[in-house]
Amino acid sequence: MSAAVESLRETYGEELRMLGERYKELVVLDADLSTSTKTATFGREFPGRFFNMGIAEQSMVTTAAGLALSGKKVFVSTFAVFLMRTYEQMRQSVCYNNLDVNFVVTHAGLTVGEDGATHQIVEDVGIMSGLPHMKVTVPVDSIETRSVIDFLAEGGKGPNYVRLTREKFPVLNGKDYVFRQGISTTFKDGDDITIIGAGSMVALALHAAENLKTKGIDARVINMSSIKPIDRKAIVKAARETGKIVTVEEHSIYNGLGSRVSEVTAEEYPVPVWRLGMKDTFGKSGKSWELFEYFHMGVEDIVKLAETCFRGVKNENFS
Amino acid sequence: MNLRAGDGNSGEKIMEQYSVSDLKNIATAIRKKVIEMVYSARSGHPGGSLSIADILAVLYFREMNVDPLNPNDPDRDRLVMSKGHASPGLYAALSLRGFFPEILLEGFRKLNSKLEGHVHKGVPGVEASTGSLGQGLGIGVGMAIACKLDTKSYRVFVILGDGEIEEGNIWESMMAASKYKLNNLIAILDRNNIQLDGFTKDVMPLGDIGEMVRSFGWNVIEIDGHDYDQIISAVEEAKLSRDKPSLILAHTIKGKGVSYMENNPKYHGAPPASEEEYRKALDDLSGEDEE
Repeated sequence: MSAAVESLRETYGEELRMLGERYKELVVLDADLSTSTKTATFGREFPGRFFNMGIAEQSMVTTAAGLALSGKKVFVSTFAVFLMRTYEQMRQSVCYNNLDVNFVVTHAGLTVGEDGATHQIVEDVGIMSGLPHMKVTVPVDSIETRSVIDFLAEGGKGPNYVRLTREKFPVLNGKDYVFRQGISTTFKDGDDITIIGAGSMVALALHAAENLKTKGIDARVINMSSIKPIDRKAIVKAARETGKIVTVEEHSIYNGLGSRVSEVTAEEYPVPVWRLGMKDTFGKSGKSWELFEYFHMGVEDIVKLAETCFRGVKNENFS
Repeated sequence: MNLRAGDGNSGEKIMEQYSVSDLKNIATAIRKKVIEMVYSARSGHPGGSLSIADILAVLYFREMNVDPLNPNDPDRDRLVMSKGHASPGLYAALSLRGFFPEILLEGFRKLNSKLEGHVHKGVPGVEASTGSLGQGLGIGVGMAIACKLDTKSYRVFVILGDGEIEEGNIWESMMAASKYKLNNLIAILDRNNIQLDGFTKDVMPLGDIGEMVRSFGWNVIEIDGHDYDQIISAVEEAKLSRDKPSLILAHTIKGKGVSYMENNPKYHGAPPASEEEYRKALDDLSGEDEE
């Protein structure tokens, strides 16, 4: 596959700048990482509506709550890992008040790469999904990122968490794609097994599906970018039609995509769901692609897991 | 003095109607409601509500531009009760001010009532849900910034507890308020020297709060939080600040007005323990009525 790669965070910054033109009530807050999160792109254009709160995330989040209570469309950005220190501010001041605050974080997951374990958060989707009112989205590419940000600026309700990355990702969606909360996209049809992925792992899953094809296994590949609310229909349909599911995510296998998918199948259509992701561990410094291999999350690992799952062999993912 | 709900008094009009002795009676009425609410709920935080009753009376019945008949007026003054456990005090003040019928106070801390244990936005007149300490100042900062973006002239009041300022979030927000020159932000610190586990000097010494806040670029006004002339003139002075946020450092007595609760850490978070204590509290407060 030779898809173009594009930066999700640069797309975010550009889109914010464009939306700032359209929505005078749009304000953006950052905590001394705006050149990395790319909110600086907005800040340069609209300095009066851009607030660099310093290295003070708690202040940033509570201030965001006050702005939202006063009718502003609020976007809050920092690295995913640092936003987590404000879990309680998010819970009490934003989610309990059910405010329209959009947390768009970057540098999530393993693909922070060289910065290492301190910065590679792989727990955030779980932490955020547990918050009442909070919705969680993991865009797969630049096109979806743009569409998600447009959606939130135009009519997003309540608190939202959008997980972006440092690395550029292959463009997988068509230009006309429009994001809808709670709706997944089937990137490849197949009847033998379904691979449900989010974020960076979807492109790897598509590679894996090509390899599986040579082994006579026709895998369906679904981009589950909306993790909360989740597309229950697509999950149940996949369970019914393919009988087996593998989930792949740049996140802990606990409390992330794999857990959410398992909840749905357990309740509505029990089938084996095998999860691929970080196994209750911290990350490491290294290149992104090296890390995927190191943590057994590469294309070959997906192929192996899907194949054993398909053939009904014991899941040795956990021994 | 007619303080019934929905009595039609509104906005600016009501503010000039109350003399200091009226305000004192309102504060006593707030205190009595606080006692009734926590006793009926068999739980709650009387101490820190009693300490700010005088301040609440001045704010809601004299200094703040609020209208119970138009609670979402975009030009209204805002108050964030950052010390959200002072819910009985705030709920009582809002009810007496006419935001909702007094009978609803009986639902405090009970199922199927909007009067949550800690301050809840679902209650008419409440601007933000609070209860986890240290967050209300940041909310006030956001509101004060929004006020400036919208070129409005309302003021944002934030009531802080003294134990609460042990939270780092407060000092982060102090910096932000100073950076953005939020002269429309007026924080009032209820300096009653007591927090849940005991006296602040023992739990976590706070140092010279006035100097600390001043060094963060704030205007600081130190007062006796039970002296009406001082409360009123401090608020008026804060309103005149040109480019700095203001902190009114109000020295108060925790449990003020109820003899056995005054300066007693036990009543930070405990209601009258018996019918006898309950009667005694109301008797003590009735004594204040006669002034």
